Amino acid sequence: MTDLIIGLYNYWIVIILMMVGFYIVMSRQNLVKSLIGLNIFQTSVFILYITLGKVTGGTAPILEKGIKLYSNPLPHVLILTAIVVGVSTTALGLALVVRIKEAYGTIEENEINRMDNES
Amino acid sequence: MLAHLPVLQVILPLIAAPVCILLRRATLVWLFATVVCVLTFAISVVLLVQVMGGEPIRYELGNWVAPWGIVYVVDSVSALILVIVSGIAAVAMPFALRSAASEIEPDRLYLFYTMYLLCLAGLLGIAITGDAFNLFVFLEISSLSSYTLISLGRNRKALHAAFQYLVMGTIGATLYLIGIGLLYALTGTLNMADLAVRLAPLLDSRITLAAFGFIVVGLGLKLAMFPLHLWLPNAYTHSPSVVSVFLAGTATKVSLYALLRILYDVFGVRFDFEQQPMSALFAIVAVAGLVICSLVAMYQQNVKRILAFSSVAQIGYMLLGVAFATAAGLQASLLHIFNHALLKSGLFLAVGCLVLRTGSSQLANLSGIAREMPWTMAAFVVCGLSLIGVPATAGFISKWYLVSAAIEKGWWPFAALIVATSLLAVIYIWRVIEVAYFRPASDRPAGSPPATEAPLSMLVPTWIIAAANIWFGLDASAPAAITARAAKALMGAGG
Repeated sequence: MTDLIIGLYNYWIVIILMMVGFYIVMSRQNLVKSLIGLNIFQTSVFILYITLGKVTGGTAPILEKGIKLYSNPLPHVLILTAIVVGVSTTALGLALVVRIKEAYGTIEENEINRMDNES
Repeated sequence: MLAHLPVLQVILPLIAAPVCILLRRATLVWLFATVVCVLTFAISVVLLVQVMGGEPIRYELGNWVAPWGIVYVVDSVSALILVIVSGIAAVAMPFALRSAASEIEPDRLYLFYTMYLLCLAGLLGIAITGDAFNLFVFLEISSLSSYTLISLGRNRKALHAAFQYLVMGTIGATLYLIGIGLLYALTGTLNMADLAVRLAPLLDSRITLAAFGFIVVGLGLKLAMFPLHLWLPNAYTHSPSVVSVFLAGTATKVSLYALLRILYDVFGVRFDFEQQPMSALFAIVAVAGLVICSLVAMYQQNVKRILAFSSVAQIGYMLLGVAFATAAGLQASLLHIFNHALLKSGLFLAVGCLVLRTGSSQLANLSGIAREMPWTMAAFVVCGLSLIGVPATAGFISKWYLVSAAIEKGWWPFAALIVATSLLAVIYIWRVIEVAYFRPASDRPAGSPPATEAPLSMLVPTWIIAAANIWFGLDASAPAAITARAAKALMGAGG
């Protein structure tokens, strides 16, 4: 039981963050808040990948005498790409929010929907 | 040179995109982007001919050997998708000159072409890559650029549509990323062919099941599988006309292709359809999407919105073919991907002409427009008949194959359903035709500008596509041969 909770605590954090992020995306009306939720959702996946690559007792993957056990660098490299994608998505999302604020005068989703339905 | 065509296919538009920013002047950028799109199309045609004449091409990037390096695979399936995507992109370019200039702010035009090429590169990359993570990267390249393209629409609703698509699209791509991560944790590889081999003894693992679920739902969001389609109608309706043409013809189809690749090449036919209830799942979402979205399309007041809902419904046909889990069904699906790309982009091209001259795609503004724009509306009618599935049009061919596949499988009610939903398509296409041909022009709202026929630069691409709809309706031997081979290749792999 302790193994399940303590031994896998990274994965528990991943699941909690994922659900928190997902909930924020779905429940918040404020566009910036839903972007923050989206970010938390993505971050949970980053942690998942980083956890996958870690080898217990392993060092950084450097070609050097005496280093036998090292962590798998590939998931870390992969997630670097995904982090870049996440940053660009956030940047684009925020840019859209700025334009929405200019065009609608609000960033509350329900008010935007109301204005969309009126015109 | 010939040996490097697979990588040139993606690299060309990818490198051309930033060059557009340097060129800056709208007409110059347009000319450059047109040349790039035509070259890309030529490359994909050469690749298709090569593949049909011989073995699938495997191209190892930077000479890194397969399971470690990224490999590009061109087989009959991916070559077909490459031709569809680059073909639609090339045909839409001459159209873009006038259409984009009238709908996008002049100082943003060069950025529009940049994003267009970037989106093209992303979509082609998804079609050609043989690496599961590389697919994610291209998926995000195409998605990020299409959010931008959609937000370029003049109406402020375009911004909101782009934002909604951004949120849903990112959730979809992230779910796919989780699925790939789980598969990597299980097998230690990302190469699709290698994944299939290593996954074969591990198919009962709970991690495989979780990964499978994440990937199907993630890509389902991107391809607008029925209950996950909510981003699509607004995105297609409010984006600039040329963007609607390009995305409606390519984006959802490429995502569907990605799903098929993963389902057939990685998990294998037996896992999908014998161990997992994919037949039932696809059949249910396909039928629900077909019926509900066709009904919703009948009640829309905006032509672009009618076509957008019809797109979601038509994806139902493609999924239905997959649900049959037979080679014939899969072939019908692939044929419908090809034919639907032709007919839906043709319809959106015609609507783009209407928008240029009337400034609106609302039905109310189009009363009697056929008298002023006879050629545009004639093209709309041809592609509309193809959408309905009238004989001698491309749409008939894929429905014919789909009905035959349903009968072969013994699923009679589905054959009846395919015919019945075609009748719903008659109704929503007829509404547009009725307004355009039989209502007097005086029904338009007061102050509407008088319309004239669309310029040749827009009519010619529209009619090229309309003519292709008739051509492939009369002589479907080429697409039928390609899709037959593609279906066989997919069914055989990993099975």
